[in-house]
Amino acid sequence: MQVFPFIVVAWIVVVGLYGMVTSRDLIHQVVCLIVVQSSTYVLLLAVGYVTGGVAPYFFDISPRALAVDPVVQALALTDVVVEAAVTALLLSFAVQAYKRFGTLDPHELAEFKG
Amino acid sequence: MTPRQRLWLFAVAVAGLVACYLWAFAGLPGFGDYPGPYGPAILKRVITETNATGVVSAVNFEYRGFDTVGEEFILFTAAAGMSVVLRQLRGERERQSSPTDDAANRQVPATSSAIRIVSLLFVGPTAVIGWWLATHAQTNPSGGFQGGVILATAFFLVYLSGEFIVFRRLSPIALLDAVEAIGAGGFAAVGVIAVAMSLPYLYNYLPLGTIPGAVSSSGTIAAISFLVGIEVAAAFLLIIGELLEQTLLRREGSS
Amino acid sequence: MTPNAVMDILQVTVLVLVAAGATLVVRTRDRVRLVLVLSVYGMLLAILFFVFQAPDVTLSELAVGAIALPLILLLTIAKVRKPQ
Repeated sequence: MQVFPFIVVAWIVVVGLYGMVTSRDLIHQVVCLIVVQSSTYVLLLAVGYVTGGVAPYFFDISPRALAVDPVVQALALTDVVVEAAVTALLLSFAVQAYKRFGTLDPHELAEFKG
Repeated sequence: MTPRQRLWLFAVAVAGLVACYLWAFAGLPGFGDYPGPYGPAILKRVITETNATGVVSAVNFEYRGFDTVGEEFILFTAAAGMSVVLRQLRGERERQSSPTDDAANRQVPATSSAIRIVSLLFVGPTAVIGWWLATHAQTNPSGGFQGGVILATAFFLVYLSGEFIVFRRLSPIALLDAVEAIGAGGFAAVGVIAVAMSLPYLYNYLPLGTIPGAVSSSGTIAAISFLVGIEVAAAFLLIIGELLEQTLLRREGSS
Repeated sequence: MTPNAVMDILQVTVLVLVAAGATLVVRTRDRVRLVLVLSVYGMLLAILFFVFQAPDVTLSELAVGAIALPLILLLTIAKVRKPQ
């Protein structure tokens, strides 16, 4: 339990990268990129966790209660929302590529020059 | 290079990556033993300094407000970039009918009544929840980013219930552009006003209120959270609107 | 059982589910099925963040990963489908 979350993070990264390398479809590649990015959220939250801590909101509990780290939660939170917008931008590039070249296979797209 | 060669190269690279990962994790304290001075230091003084009980939002908009400005402008740029990339597409299409865009010609089945009723029933509560989340950042688990996305979801429900034209009328592009600009510019302006008062950028200069966790407490955190909320909602609606343009033009022509 | 032990078991279970979900997402090749599996993966991640005592991140991940991202993906798939 001391290192299990970190092993899961490494597994998700490897699986996502494998999917990106062996993909034959741009949309599948973008989804594998989403998976790789989700591993960073798990890593951030796992680093900041305190055993026996509660969520850092003191509306109805005493401010002296043991709480988990709030800084990594703030980072992960903005990350999640911004990732969706950047993924949408990537997908619009995929749509543009399909209109120009008629294919979404990255191996075939690599052979076109400009 | 052939796919098999590519796979072998990938295997070698990933083995190196995993080795470096495991070496790095071996140096970390175990899961649950967070020692770091930054977190407990903030937790000790957040209520006395900002009167906000939602610590994560206080960190987002006050202690690390500068990072949040950057993230928000990434969102803004992504939405603007999508408009630019997809707008050239529309110009081509109007001149000659391209055979590769299939979204304009598919047969759209009529939405069943069950879906229409359920979706339309939830539009109101979703909008209220999104608005509440965006304006109560300093009290509960809430804040600008998640409130904005849920507010945008309320508009998506209108589209999902089959009312394409109503969705387009409810979210005209000019209005969304203006709202997004107000949100992003407002955040930057709140910081610049602090500079004009000869304080550091994004200093918390509004009155902090008396009761920790009340809605009127915590100064600029509440204002910034609201501005971020409307900016995120407008950005997501713009993104979906760009992708929807083709199907909507077709529907309007045939109905 | 002590609360810490219960928390441990819960976290290990959800971590295993998330790892399995990631593998499933990568192994799915059909586009529309991929969107549904990604939506389920987003919900699993939201549960994981909740069990890690982070309700704010849960809200964001639910709204984005289970709703907004699959919607954007479906719209893109509709635009690039080959004419039958």
